[in-house]
Amino acid sequence: MKLSWQQITLPALALGLLAFGAPGRADAQAAIKIDGSSTVFPISEAYAEEFQIQKRGKVRVTVGVSGTGGGFKKFCRGETDMANASRPILVAEMEACRKAGIKYMEVPVAFDALTVVVNPANTWAKSMTVAELRKMWEPAAQGRITSWNQVNPKFPKEKLMLFGPGADSGTFDYFTEAVNGKSKASRGDFTASEDDNTLVQGVESNKNALGYFGYAYYAAHKDKLTAVAIDNGKGPVSPSLENVTNGTYDPLSRPLFVYVRETSAKRPEVREFVQFMLTNGQLVSEVGYLPLPKSAYELAWKHFQNGKLGTVFGGHPQVGITIDQLQAMEGKL
Amino acid sequence: MSAVLTIEELRSGLAWRKNLDKAFVVVGLLILMSCLGLLALLFLDLVRDGASRFGWDFLTQFPSRKAERAGILSAWVGTSMIMLVTALVALPVGVAAAIYLEEYAPKNWFTGVIEINVTNLAGVPSIVYGLLALGLFVYKFGFGQSVLSAGLTLALLILPIIIVGTREALRAVPKAIREAAYGLGATRWEVTKDHVLPYSTGGILTGLILGLSRAIGETAPIITIGALSFIAFLPNSPISGTFPFVNFEWLKSEFTAMPIQIFNWVSRPDQAFQQNAAAAAAILLGMTLAMNAIAIWIRYRFRKKINW
Repeated sequence: MKLSWQQITLPALALGLLAFGAPGRADAQAAIKIDGSSTVFPISEAYAEEFQIQKRGKVRVTVGVSGTGGGFKKFCRGETDMANASRPILVAEMEACRKAGIKYMEVPVAFDALTVVVNPANTWAKSMTVAELRKMWEPAAQGRITSWNQVNPKFPKEKLMLFGPGADSGTFDYFTEAVNGKSKASRGDFTASEDDNTLVQGVESNKNALGYFGYAYYAAHKDKLTAVAIDNGKGPVSPSLENVTNGTYDPLSRPLFVYVRETSAKRPEVREFVQFMLTNGQLVSEVGYLPLPKSAYELAWKHFQNGKLGTVFGGHPQVGITIDQLQAMEGKL
Repeated sequence: MSAVLTIEELRSGLAWRKNLDKAFVVVGLLILMSCLGLLALLFLDLVRDGASRFGWDFLTQFPSRKAERAGILSAWVGTSMIMLVTALVALPVGVAAAIYLEEYAPKNWFTGVIEINVTNLAGVPSIVYGLLALGLFVYKFGFGQSVLSAGLTLALLILPIIIVGTREALRAVPKAIREAAYGLGATRWEVTKDHVLPYSTGGILTGLILGLSRAIGETAPIITIGALSFIAFLPNSPISGTFPFVNFEWLKSEFTAMPIQIFNWVSRPDQAFQQNAAAAAAILLGMTLAMNAIAIWIRYRFRKKINW
């Protein structure tokens, strides 16, 4: 066969022109677009997967990972139907949504317990107080607190090695807010990584290491890491479903949300999807997170059906919200 | 030492220089082997880690929260479609630009500026292309977060590679061929079309494939324009059963791609996903190697046909 240039270029050009000139018909298939937090992603992914299987391909669900902030940007530009968020919506984001005329409902879907972990060979730090954590992580600790006995004289004189998520992560925001009292206020001389697996490896391989990340990463590496029980004045409490549900794992448990656009919520497939989310809490625990109690899901569904708009948090970061409080707040909507 | 070399001195000098020559061959071979060895090691490591996941299911299943159920169907289909758009756009534009610069453009400051810019574009970080495409294709032209946007972005990215590669290929055609054709009264376009292009096809296609091999692994620009992490459906088929038998809905479809899928799996807590990531990475590497193999085959075929 002899390939001449005309034979190659002409069809290519024709195809290219056709492509640009092709009229854009609206997609006939029902579709739900979700974007946002990487923490919430595994939950949404599980729901999207099962929902599509149940619908036998009649509904398309896409899930993106832009981070909580990036997800809200897209959401408030009207590009997505739902925003995944590992924290409540902030004032600036509420303003952006208001300007674009986008109204939304706030749906809590799960709890996450930020877990402080140490190496299994660490025999001294089985539990720590919030004050000790602050001493370790506050901005003033930079370059000064470098060995364990400086945190608590009972601890050995061993080098302190810290691992934590990078500054772009919602986990970092929440931990600094809860422990240091101000979001993003942290010492800077620790090993930071956006990839939580790096943090897991760091703590796994250093006897004197301490790190923190979401519960799911601890749950997947339980055999190689020890979770530190947190003492916030009422005795040490370990991160677990029970302790998060009864509100004693304080202040490191946080609710995770999905924000649903009001106009999207009127579409039957979106309604069905939200209902599916609020009635299949077992998928949450399957991907390593902590589901809300049944009553909380029922209440959230009731609010959704009644079309209650807006956030109950007023756009300000809050720490240590328990499930009871969340329910009470939801009740006050 | 005397001014005139004796025969013995000449011989020993020659032997020394020949030994140097051999030593260079050995050093060069060692460096080459260690580079290839590293690549082979990486590839084998990926294959070993992902060994349990290779199979038909892995290629025909959608991503899933369960590692053993997860596959790369939407990822490799997405990557293939993006590559198709990239090739269809970058090839005509790149080749036309190269022909103009090489055969038509007068040598003045203007073409000088263009040439410097083309070379510079090849060194621009890919994220910059992503940001440009986000503003231009996704929002300004309204293509959205689609296969079309991704394909056009990567086409821009590899355009300099294709232009440079094509120009090299055109330059390799002997001047005598052009002059002979001009001598017989051919116009410039006829010379280009009938003589220069056929002889340089192998080089041009090689440039294209090299460009595509770079584009296939790009992550940053397609994340910027909005590649999604979880898609469990395929874009509409480009071929339909009814008239006009082709449709372009797939260009407007949301997409995911191999590098995105790998990145997503690597950053998950469940260790079983690391195997999926290794298997997917090995397949991506395999796709790149296959493309390069095709480039070599094409070059061989076209070179065989040339008889000057």
